Formats: sequence, structure tokens, C-alpha cells
Amino acid sequence: MNGVHDMGGMDGFGPVVSEKNEPVFHAEWERRMYGLVLPVVRATKSAFDEFRHAIERIPPAQYLASSYYERWLAAAESLLIERGVVTREELLAKEDASIDPALIANAVPARGPAAVKDKSLKKPPPARFVKGDRVRGRNLNTSGHTRLPRYVRGKSGVVARDWGVFDFADTKAHRAGAKPQHCYSVAFDARELWGKSANRRERVYIDLWEDYLEPIATKSKSKSQKRKRATRSKRVKP
Amino acid sequence: MSGDHHNTDDSGPAARVKALEAILTEKGLIDPAAIDAIVDLYETRVGPRNGARVVAKAWTDPAYRKRLLADATKAVAEIGFAGPEGGHLVAVENTDRVHNLVVCTLCSCYPWPVLGLPPVWYKSFAYRSRAVSDPRGVLADFGLELPREVEVRVWDSSAEIRYLVIPQRPKGTERMSEDTLAEIVTRDSMVGVAKVEAPRR
Repeated sequence: MNGVHDMGGMDGFGPVVSEKNEPVFHAEWERRMYGLVLPVVRATKSAFDEFRHAIERIPPAQYLASSYYERWLAAAESLLIERGVVTREELLAKEDASIDPALIANAVPARGPAAVKDKSLKKPPPARFVKGDRVRGRNLNTSGHTRLPRYVRGKSGVVARDWGVFDFADTKAHRAGAKPQHCYSVAFDARELWGKSANRRERVYIDLWEDYLEPIATKSKSKSQKRKRATRSKRVKP
Repeated sequence: MSGDHHNTDDSGPAARVKALEAILTEKGLIDPAAIDAIVDLYETRVGPRNGARVVAKAWTDPAYRKRLLADATKAVAEIGFAGPEGGHLVAVENTDRVHNLVVCTLCSCYPWPVLGLPPVWYKSFAYRSRAVSDPRGVLADFGLELPREVEVRVWDSSAEIRYLVIPQRPKGTERMSEDTLAEIVTRDSMVGVAKVEAPRR
């Protein structure tokens, strides 16, 4: 989903501020929340991708106003209630009267891909790309979970490494099957991502599943080279 | 900055977490003692000291450095570190020409077995948003300025791979032992927002 969690390249959040001698947790409830997550994931029989998606489904204004462990808390409540492990009434009965019930499990409903029915998709296909291949991030806009950030969609990069086969987060987060496939480290030049004013000596390496990528035909490469040559010669004779 | 604040009082999230833990305990879905154990593990035992040992070994043992760069998951397991968020570790090495920086723009993925749980700044919206689009600006926030000719490589941990930066060994530490070196390697240097400084004499 095109959520507010997909932050790469956004402006306006200010400088990065580091805390000196930072403790691992800042409050007792953070400590308990951290410890609760694995049991919650287990009790709801969720993949960790589902928990991540539950965080992404927190309404944007609430997401931005919440601290990290507050987001974990909201996601845990959502999963437990959605999976029927705990009811909203049970939770509210235990809670302080000061808690706003509207905050509890108010996540955007999960709308993911349908189950992968094709049995052949349970077996990983051979790698479509090799190191050095030019690829483009596909312009996918799923309403469900994805690990394809907006900032690489439609952008061209080069396959730096094939990490091997991994279960696909997009389907796993929706219990739609593992759909194992190759996952690659793809290198994008900063100027491709952020425009001509970006630094020539900056590059982003991002891990992308094969379903997120499309090949860039080598033919078009020579065409663009021809075009470059043409523009150059135009410039030469004004 | 919103998103980085901490609610430490007993209302709000504290009350909700308490209720959650009480219900799950009643239902027999959690064992509070097991929660104490996992919290204690990450509060006292799994942290950046682990990664520092890995880096110090890579600095002093060329064969280990090679194994670490080839397969970090295996090389890290050799000295006894493994666990959640550490199933697919990759080590990237800083040199005179290349500086590496690790981020997770979509959430806050982090190599727990070697660095422990991430600091607040790593999870902050400021870091997640700008590390990919303005890495040199982010480094400046940490007081680190790189020579212009150095290439900055930003690693966005968007899938299952978790990254550990091997910082450059500072000059003047040639005679230091592996154990002493491990003491000067900082968490920030292993994420890529700082260099390791030689201790002042």
C-alpha cells in the first residue's frame, strides 16, 4: 500500500538527532511491549510480514504521531482482534477508563492479493536476472503489503547481486502463499532516483524480489546511446 | 520530532500494554517469565558489543575478514552470534574510496544479533526519509564529513538481508590487540554514520 510508512525520499522531518548513552528501552511499557510481540505473532499464527503490514495499516495521522513501540502496540491489538484471539470488549474491560476506545484496532483493513493457486508457483522459478543486468522497478501500486518502495518504481538500476530464493513478502503477509523467488540487490544511482542535482558519487542498493523488476532491453540502451550521440552532434553545430 | 517521543507515564500506551499482557496471560498465551527473559537478553546480552567483536576480529585476522565478506551469517555464527533478524547477514566494508550506510526506509530492520535493538534515531522518520536521498546531509547531522571523491553506498534493508558495516580501522591502532580494538568500535560506526576514532593517548 502507498502508506506513510514508505518514507524514503520524503522531506520535512528535520535533522537526525542522536541521544547520548541511550538506554535500550525508555519506559517499562516499551520493555513489556517488546517482549509481547513474538508471543502475539505466535498466538495469531502470523508471519512477521503480517505484523509489519499491521503497522503499515495504522491510519497515517496516528502512525506519524506514534512512537516506535506505540506502533507495535497498535499493530498487536489489531492482529489479536482481527484474528479473534482477543475481543475489543475484553481489552477495553481491562483498560483504564481514560483510554480512547477509538484508538484500539482502528487499522485500515488488509486488502491483499488472492491466494496463489498455481502450484508451479510454490517452486521457485530459475533466476531471471544475473549480476550486471539493467532492470527497472515496476510501477506496482498494490493495496496490500509490499517491500517495493515508491522511490524506486519506474527507476532504472543494475543488478549487483542475486541473494538467492526468498519467500515473497507481498503474498506471505496476506496468507496467500510463499511464492518463493529470487531476491536481488539492485544498485540505483542517486541521479536516477533524485534528479540531476544529486551527487554523482552516491548510490542506493536496495533488495528487491524478482516480481518487482522488469528487464531493460539492451537494444534500448544502444538507442539511448545513439540519441545521446545525436544530441551531442546537435550541440556541436548550433 | 513526532514519532520519536516517549510516553513514560502510566496512562496511554502503558495502560494498554498492561491490559494486553494481563489478557494474554489469563488466556495462557504468554508466560510473563518468558517475556522477562527475552527483554533481559536484548537489554543486557545482545548488543553492539557483539558486532564490535566481529569487526575487531576482521581487522586483525585477514582470513576471518575474507570469510566475513563472503558469508557474514556463517562468520558471525563462528563467534557464537545468531538469532532473530540475523538469518541473512551481509557485511559491507568501508575503504578510502567507499563509505557504506545502512537504513530501512519502510520500517526499521536492523541486524539484531550483532547490534542489538536499534536506537531511536535509526527508527526516526528523519533518518528513514533522508538516508536514501541525502546521505551526506545525514552524515553531517552526525558530524561526519566525507571527502568529495568518496562514493557513498546506502543499503536499504527492504527484504530479509540485514547489513553490518565494517568501519575502517583507524591509524595508530596497529599495535592494539583484538580485545582492545573491540572496545573502540562503536554502534554508530557499524551502521555507517560515524568513523572509529583511535583512543587519545
